[in-house]
Amino acid sequence: MSIKKFVVGLYDDEAPLFDAVKQIRKEGFKIHDVYTPYPVHGMDKALGLRETSLHTAGFIYGMTGTTIALSFMSWVFTTNWPLNIGGKPHFPLPSLIPITFEFTVMCAAVGMVLTFCYLCKFAPFVRKHHFHERATDDKFVVVIECTSDSTEADATATLAKLGAAEINTQIAESEWWFGTYDKEEKKYTEQDLVKAAH
Amino acid sequence: MSVIKYESAVRGPLIDGTKDYHQITEDILKPIETTPSKLWKIGFTIAVLLLIFGVYSVYREVTYGIGEWNINKTIGWGWDITNFVWWVGIGHAGTLISAILLLFRQGWRTGVNRAAEAMTIFAVICAGQFPIFHMGRVWMAFFVMPYPNTRGPLWVNFTSPLLWDVFAISTYFTVSLLFWYSGLLPDFATIRDRAKIKWRKRFYGVAAFGWTGSTKHWQRFESLSLVLAGLSTPLVLSVHTIVSFDFATSVIPGWHTTIFPPYFVAGAVFSGFAMVQSLMIITRKVLNLQEYITMEHIEVMNKVIVLTGSIVGIAYITELFMAWYSQNPYEGYAFYYSRANLFSPYGWSYWGMMACNVISPQIFWFRKLRRNLTVTFFMSVLINVGMWFERFVIIVTSLYRDYLPSSWSYYYSPSTWEIGFYLGTFGLFFTCFFLFAKWFPVIAIAEVKSILKKSGNKYKNEELRHELENDSIEEFTKKFSHH
Repeated sequence: MSIKKFVVGLYDDEAPLFDAVKQIRKEGFKIHDVYTPYPVHGMDKALGLRETSLHTAGFIYGMTGTTIALSFMSWVFTTNWPLNIGGKPHFPLPSLIPITFEFTVMCAAVGMVLTFCYLCKFAPFVRKHHFHERATDDKFVVVIECTSDSTEADATATLAKLGAAEINTQIAESEWWFGTYDKEEKKYTEQDLVKAAH
Repeated sequence: MSVIKYESAVRGPLIDGTKDYHQITEDILKPIETTPSKLWKIGFTIAVLLLIFGVYSVYREVTYGIGEWNINKTIGWGWDITNFVWWVGIGHAGTLISAILLLFRQGWRTGVNRAAEAMTIFAVICAGQFPIFHMGRVWMAFFVMPYPNTRGPLWVNFTSPLLWDVFAISTYFTVSLLFWYSGLLPDFATIRDRAKIKWRKRFYGVAAFGWTGSTKHWQRFESLSLVLAGLSTPLVLSVHTIVSFDFATSVIPGWHTTIFPPYFVAGAVFSGFAMVQSLMIITRKVLNLQEYITMEHIEVMNKVIVLTGSIVGIAYITELFMAWYSQNPYEGYAFYYSRANLFSPYGWSYWGMMACNVISPQIFWFRKLRRNLTVTFFMSVLINVGMWFERFVIIVTSLYRDYLPSSWSYYYSPSTWEIGFYLGTFGLFFTCFFLFAKWFPVIAIAEVKSILKKSGNKYKNEELRHELENDSIEEFTKKFSHH
């Protein structure tokens, strides 16, 4: 549980978004996140996010698959149950390549998708707070977190200056919780915020 | 920010009409948010009836044994494996479109990738039924799994192409499913956030896994799709290669050829694209998506069809040449007596295949015909008939007269339940596809949005105007790109 206060700025177009994000960061605000309906390229860099290492994880999973497949099959054919198939070699490497390859791909893909879901906290019945319901449709949402250094008024003023079409303040749970989307979301007040701080 | 998202004005727009982001969402989600049309209900009913007939056919085969089919000791594979290879082949276009075209940065894939991937998954499900039920005692199917058992421990034969197939098909199915579903997450979230009805909000909320559209999630999402595309590219090539190994590693004349892997892969792409065309031409019309699956899309797919069809044609001719050049009497018999000879028992199937796969697609050299919907639809069906004949020719004409004349089989025609099984997989495929068209966004909404300002009609026209006015391209991209 971490209930926080956010100032939410809404943009109709992605064009002013980059300059706005840059300016907001320059002025020392903490951007909680930017929500977009499609991947806006370069936004991760503008936000100063580091490159994801998901692909490295994928490589490691793949190599694990290669090792398991190859060592298992060679153990079966040479140690556990050596079969004489027409006098052919017990360790026929070329014939083991197809399964090794398939298993490598399988491990890499499954491992990566699971890691992706784990990192992003994606699972069935997971619910998260939505700052704007059209962020998955056509709106671009910049969310500034209110901290001791940046007050609600400051953030609102900055967003207004930077051309946000709509600005509001929300107190919300910033993590995920179990739940379905047909239920009303719990409303938090200033008191909850104070309680959460302690 | 510095990347210029400029696309040549020579390329036609991939999104017609004057769309904005919201309009795209509205258009693509319309079928999901409205009750299905009468046409949908009729189609779905027919598909379910076919499926029921298929289930009954399979029930007979399981209950009374493989003798319910007309396959015999000589033609052991018959329709069953023909249908298997045919469906697997069709299942190749989806991953080709979503993976290989992603790596090649082809913008047009966004219009058709979702439906093509769905088609891939359904086709692979259909394909899988055939080898499983061909086992006869299907309750023993788990024997193909490598597990320590009570007979040894005796393991499966890892050096057999048939086992490679088990791994290839199951990996292909799993990876395609993951690729498809991870791509669906943002679109499910879009449906969820628009939903007014309670159950829809709940259902798509669960399906969307809690997607929010966060920048960090998009970054990981893109990395995931890129790596999955990179993995799927060799995978899709490996799957039909391995299917061709089922034949090529044997010593049957007509199968024992090194040309099989590339020839099968080209054939798979060929038939897969034909199936995508058949489905897309109907889907875009019924769901009113002509502005997203444009003539531009149809035309590029026809170009792929004429390319792969010609590759397949070269493979056919190469086979004939090698049969003559090798001077191997068995090869010569298989190719010149059993196949290319129109007056042999199965000569009709060889020439049917040649006409459908090699000769007829050549009409797509003409732009006018590439952009003609009726011609394209007719051709797409014809190609799939031809590709079915190809697998039939390979399997039956090589088997029916083997090395021992006393075991020659004169003529093989399928039994009702053999045909019923095949029709049943059509039922399964179209039942799945109809459900998909109703409950899933048939076009990847987020991906279409990402090309809107590059290939949308409105922006394209603007671009052209700027070019005519000799505006600097930097000025234009500054105005319109989101980079």
